[in-house]
Amino acid sequence: MPTLLGVTLITFLISRVIVPDPARTWAGFRATPAAVAALAARYHLNAPLYIQYFYYMGGLITGHWGVSPTSGRPVLSQISQYFPATVELAIAAIVITIIVGIPLGVVSALHHNGKYDHGIRFLYLAGFSSPPFFVALVIILVFGYVLNIFPTQGELSSNLAPPAHITGMYIVDSLLTGNWTDFVNSVWHIVMPATALALTVFGIVTRITRSSMLEVFQKDFVRASYAKGLAQRAVVYRHALRNALIPTTTVLGLLLGALLSGTIVVESIFLWPGIGYFALQSIENLDFPSIMGVTVLFTLSVVIANLLADVLYAVLDPRIKI
Amino acid sequence: MASTRKFQLPFDRNEAAITWRVVKSSPMTLAGAVIAVAFVALAIADVVTRDAILPYNPYALTTQLLRPPSLAHPLGTDDLGRDVLSRVLAAAPIDAEVAFSVVGVAMALGLLTGGLAGYRGGLTEEVIMRVTDIFLSFPGIVLALAIVAALGPSTLHSIFALVPVWWPTYTRLARAETLSVKSQQFIDSSRAVGQRPSYIIGHHIFPNIFPTLLVYATLDIGNVILTYSILSFIGLGAQVPTPEWGLLTVQGESYLRSYPWIPIAPALAILVVAVGFSLLGDGLRDALDPRVRGTFG
Amino acid sequence: MGEAKTLPAAGGGEAVGFGDAVLTIKGLVVKYNTFRGELTALGGVDLNVRRSRIIAIVGESGCGKSTLGLSIIRLLPVPPARVAGGEIHFAGKNLVELPESQMTRLRGTGLSMIFQEPLSSLDPVYTVGDQLAETIRVRDERVGKPSYGPFRVAPAPEESHRTASRLLGARLPRPRASRKYPDEAIKALREVQISDPELVAAKYPHELSGGMAQRVMIATALLEKPSILIADEPTSALDVTTQAQVLELMRELRDEIGASVLFITHDLAVAAQIADEVVVMYAGEIVEHAEAGQLFSNPMHPYTEGLLQSFPRKFKDEEKLKAIPGDVPDLRFPPSGCKFHPRCTYAFDRCRVELPLAKEVSPGHRVACFLRQ
Repeated sequence: MPTLLGVTLITFLISRVIVPDPARTWAGFRATPAAVAALAARYHLNAPLYIQYFYYMGGLITGHWGVSPTSGRPVLSQISQYFPATVELAIAAIVITIIVGIPLGVVSALHHNGKYDHGIRFLYLAGFSSPPFFVALVIILVFGYVLNIFPTQGELSSNLAPPAHITGMYIVDSLLTGNWTDFVNSVWHIVMPATALALTVFGIVTRITRSSMLEVFQKDFVRASYAKGLAQRAVVYRHALRNALIPTTTVLGLLLGALLSGTIVVESIFLWPGIGYFALQSIENLDFPSIMGVTVLFTLSVVIANLLADVLYAVLDPRIKI
Repeated sequence: MASTRKFQLPFDRNEAAITWRVVKSSPMTLAGAVIAVAFVALAIADVVTRDAILPYNPYALTTQLLRPPSLAHPLGTDDLGRDVLSRVLAAAPIDAEVAFSVVGVAMALGLLTGGLAGYRGGLTEEVIMRVTDIFLSFPGIVLALAIVAALGPSTLHSIFALVPVWWPTYTRLARAETLSVKSQQFIDSSRAVGQRPSYIIGHHIFPNIFPTLLVYATLDIGNVILTYSILSFIGLGAQVPTPEWGLLTVQGESYLRSYPWIPIAPALAILVVAVGFSLLGDGLRDALDPRVRGTFG
Repeated sequence: MGEAKTLPAAGGGEAVGFGDAVLTIKGLVVKYNTFRGELTALGGVDLNVRRSRIIAIVGESGCGKSTLGLSIIRLLPVPPARVAGGEIHFAGKNLVELPESQMTRLRGTGLSMIFQEPLSSLDPVYTVGDQLAETIRVRDERVGKPSYGPFRVAPAPEESHRTASRLLGARLPRPRASRKYPDEAIKALREVQISDPELVAAKYPHELSGGMAQRVMIATALLEKPSILIADEPTSALDVTTQAQVLELMRELRDEIGASVLFITHDLAVAAQIADEVVVMYAGEIVEHAEAGQLFSNPMHPYTEGLLQSFPRKFKDEEKLKAIPGDVPDLRFPPSGCKFHPRCTYAFDRCRVELPLAKEVSPGHRVACFLRQ
């Protein structure tokens, strides 16, 4: 909770103090002086800062996140329009990250200091170090253009009608409505962007899985499990991995943060109609309220993911009491 | 415990020797070191010679548009007839400047705030660490993005925006290191002979925590370049016609299908440099880790 | 006791020619690679372990007694350790050359081991009952019995109740239907003197005391009925009262399943309480091996003598305690000849150049010392 307050305080400072002329920036640079003044009055931009902060917080809580000067629409309604696509993409990317990241960490730890270990360490270092646009462009080039397997843009082919709106996520909605054509098509569309995102973040998971596996291998109960006759597979997966997963949950927030940051680049390259794409458009239009909206949304998501990680930690570790 | 170190070199000779041995023993670290040195050397050489070491003038427009790679143009030419290789190489000093200034300022701030928090403790520590935690809960790019958007897009503003992303890590690190140095005897003895806190911090604590911070700084050079290039890619960092890797990539993006080297080459350059600094930093961190060290010493 | 023989690995195929030895070790050499050079942790160990005997292996720390235990069950950290020579015969097989898959099948039911830190020997994320159920399943799969269903015993009202209580930070009323663990696991817990086995089975290791945890480890051994149980300082981390109870349990365990116990300890008093035979190790070698009574009343090796003198004994408190002069040798650069000669008050020229081999000086009493040969 203090973190949450602190975060809003900083976003407030960025949007009201760092900005040279808040009213002008908020109104958009094409606005008339009268419109700027009206906006300043409406949002109490001439009031003392602490008063402004109250209004700011009130706006955040009641859902008034400002109005976009470019589209004239409330920021929150635009965000909620783009949000489902990002959630869908992020979930797909997290699934790929976990499916790839955890086993690689396990293999790396099992072959500690061996060839596989070195190979995997290099791989995740390269993943960490590669700009998301590099991965995205190479994937598009190879699987989209050269091999021509996956579509390179959007979340559904333009000749198909989107499924009935339930959650806003095409894969889920098409599944719920039994629209198989849309389902297959949208799964096909999500493969490349989700993989591109996953490739830049799987190292977070692999690295912590590897190091916590190595730590667990030193524990007495691993030796005791062998002594009572368990096969290596059982010791590694049932005991060592189960224990190593506990510290792995702590990177959930970090993972989501990296993933959301990546969406800004990946979504704009794949023209995926999510928050990242919206953020880039807002940047191009210098639509400041929208940019701040995205900042608040992403940061809140990460804070919530961290809370969730704490809960998950306690569920996985019987020794922890909340 | 050797008593104190003077603030001469970040590592004393013995430490440097051990560090070099660890670095040498790992081919990956060595590769990282080579890349890092080459990058810095290129950046300096390019600045000193004012682009004269580049094969072509990176800004000169020619009529040879969109040529494929050849002997004359190893990475071809772009849509305005500029040599792609020269433009990619010319970006080195710009990216280096951003990376070193961000890491340098962040490290100095971290050293000050973290050292203060660790040394003073109490309310000072509480306040500094709370603020640090708040900054750390922002996803890196998102915070930088909001700040640059507020200030207006430019390279200088990118530096302003990236410092708050990086300093909290150094604050945490410096505080933890200060606490461990503080618990050692020689600090108590300095205090016992009545030396001023500022003297103790300056002469005993900083020199002892500096090496650790420097290792993390090495790791971060690559990360800052990465983040800065992303800012440029989304239009908030470097502005046209500056050759900057992220910007070069986004400008070449539309040529991906037919002239893939135009966007891929600058993006690959970021990858190579970032991997290089990561490998070097990882290796140095191992070298500084007493557990790893023991097995070599 | 008859039950123990139904398991194939439990002393089934015994090699002819080793008397009634269940385990025979010949010339076992184990070396460790360290960054500071190679050291010889075991320098040619010979040992016969007879059925149903408790053999205490004593010596100072670093003498190789734990290495011996770990190399028998093949849980040495490889690398840095490696077996450089010798044979270990058990159940008609040479364990040194046995493929890992077959070795796995011998562990638990043939050879088992318990460790010094009972609390960390249990997996912190599973309940005691789960871990015993897992043991039963491993054992039953070996003899081709249908396995005991899935590893985790479902459903788990007990556990979900605990999780819910933890998350809500409040104590919810305990559900009546407790989790059902296999009867055999409950029975094993009762046999190791745990008074409310159902309750303990539902506990996580961190909720147990050290003594309780070591009982659980003994219960594990009881379930698997190994023919050899290696116990590495199993009571050193426990307080004296608990120690005595655990020692008593280990003796009962031997009586019940007929296992031979290799009891590794640095504590001569503990060895005197529990052992039938005592093996004394020094610098990676066995220097003396005799019946316990024989060894304590008539120590033959100067090192054994020194050890006994450095230990307080009952009824003889007027006797002065004497420490053995000098230090344990650095095993990277062992002394020439008898490894004990630099610290030995009786050492003569031959001791400095020639390594004394263990010889039987009286029935069942082997000593490696030129003084006695």
